[in-house]
Amino acid sequence: MALVEIQDLTKVFHRDSQEIPVFDGVNLEIEQGEFLSLMGPSGSGKSTLLHLLAGLDKPTAGRITVGGAEVTGMKRRQLAAWRAQHIGFVFQFYNLLPVLTAFQNVELPLLLTRLSSRERREHVDTALGVVGLTDRSDHYPRQLSGGQEQRVGIARAIVSDPTMILADEPTGDLDAKSADEILALLKRLNEEFNKTILMVTHDAHAAERAHEVMHLDKGVLSR
Amino acid sequence: MKFMRLIWVNLLRNKRRTILTVLSVMVALFLFTTLRSVVTALDAVSEVGSEARLITRSATGITFPLPQSYFERLKAQEGVQAVSWANWFGGIYVDQSNFFAQFAIDQDTYLDMYPEMAIPDDQKQAFLGERTAVLVGSGLMQRFGWTLGQNVTLQGTIFPGDWEFTVRAVYVPDDPSFGDEMFFFHYDYLYEGTNGNIIPGWFVVQLEDPTAAPTVIDRIDRQFENSSNPTQTETEKAFNAGFVTMWGNIGFLVKAIGTAVFFAILLVTANTMMMAGRERIGENAVLKTLGFQDGLLFRLVLVESVLITLVGGALGTFGSRLMFGPGNAVNSIIQGFRVQWSTVILALVIAILLGVVSGMVPAWQAMKLPVIQALRRVA
Repeated sequence: MALVEIQDLTKVFHRDSQEIPVFDGVNLEIEQGEFLSLMGPSGSGKSTLLHLLAGLDKPTAGRITVGGAEVTGMKRRQLAAWRAQHIGFVFQFYNLLPVLTAFQNVELPLLLTRLSSRERREHVDTALGVVGLTDRSDHYPRQLSGGQEQRVGIARAIVSDPTMILADEPTGDLDAKSADEILALLKRLNEEFNKTILMVTHDAHAAERAHEVMHLDKGVLSR
Repeated sequence: MKFMRLIWVNLLRNKRRTILTVLSVMVALFLFTTLRSVVTALDAVSEVGSEARLITRSATGITFPLPQSYFERLKAQEGVQAVSWANWFGGIYVDQSNFFAQFAIDQDTYLDMYPEMAIPDDQKQAFLGERTAVLVGSGLMQRFGWTLGQNVTLQGTIFPGDWEFTVRAVYVPDDPSFGDEMFFFHYDYLYEGTNGNIIPGWFVVQLEDPTAAPTVIDRIDRQFENSSNPTQTETEKAFNAGFVTMWGNIGFLVKAIGTAVFFAILLVTANTMMMAGRERIGENAVLKTLGFQDGLLFRLVLVESVLITLVGGALGTFGSRLMFGPGNAVNSIIQGFRVQWSTVILALVIAILLGVVSGMVPAWQAMKLPVIQALRRVA
């Protein structure tokens, strides 16, 4: 059984009285440990697919299961708890809280667990170690470069050891060198830690780092 | 507790705004605590006083004295157990700002009528046995740091000249509303000091039976009705209540001011929290993406709001308590005026309520925040 199963997924946005279809009957299976990239023109629904997978949005029709749990059938409250445990989200613009240090930003998802302060510290140190930022743990986002901020964002995404990492254009705001480092890091997470990753990107070079590149255009998903 | 750091950093995110809001709440709650204490003290003063004692004063006004001969005539009234008299002195101790009430009393009859004042026997005898002796409230002793045997000079205003006294006795009231900052001395001393040019300011009449008060009052006032000095008699309690009404409808005024201040501060705090909430739309969306529950975000915003108002409220109300604790200067103007713990607790409850109400809208907005739209705004 695949880790992620998407069946007949349909999403229609409503703007005033106008209906804007995004997908119509999309099907997809993602196996545990896969690293997939998703490409497509702007407005094709790439980010929407990520949001639906993360349970941040509801489909118009269709079914999504992740690790056997039916995401589309969950209530808002259940979704938040599920997301905290199973989804690591990496944003294009890092979205770190500027008032918290790198350590505190990475610790945020762990505040939702029953871990003790000492256990949280150990987990955060490990995550920062994986992304190579142990020496920057006391730095605030404004004291970090874009690449370092994104690495903190990735540490935050992996600190609770989620089932899946969803990355929404993780290199979109970075220079070529930093982007390469981030892609190498994601690849390492996939290869060394067997993390399942779905990455949305506009960059063909970045997409090539995944096992497989998928395309989404006019509501049709092709692998 | 693990979320306290998140709340704390959010509070300190815009230090100037937080400090200004805390100061606003502090001033408002300081005002509330102080004004409320004024009302409480005035209410207590209007309640203090015995139903078994009558005050007979000139019908023309409290500042007009009554003939000494009334003493015997009042004593002869049916239902009257004892009679005494007193005068307002109105002296200045060192400086005009050191105001306290001073009374010349008929030392032989007055103290027996006021069991509310606890005086050690030896001190009472020392007071009664010396013409220039003075009986002082414990609060006044504390306020000026006086000691027994100390000489105190008052500069007369109604009765000119320097008046020398020796502190011989201290009373402790059985109820703070009675007042612990009064100054009693011998009427004889005032009589001699003014070369006999003085007559009683008012009479205090002790009743045999308090329930007979209306009848005795009527009888006294009718007796002097057609004299050159008609009287107005009322129970001591009614007299004190009437004295309080001379302040005007303070209670209404204070409540009106308190309500206006509450709503003004509510708007200030609500505005602060709304601004803070607006600035954090993106961050709240990120927190929700990380798995923060709607209810948790609601509570975090609400706690933040309550912390602001509670800190401000605590500073204001404890500041008022410190400034107007026992022995404060206003106590001599309004007997028993002090910030009571019950008022402090009420002010803190109001501070919490203020925080909850002003944080409700931004907390609700954070809870109901549509994550997708908010994330798009961040992007």
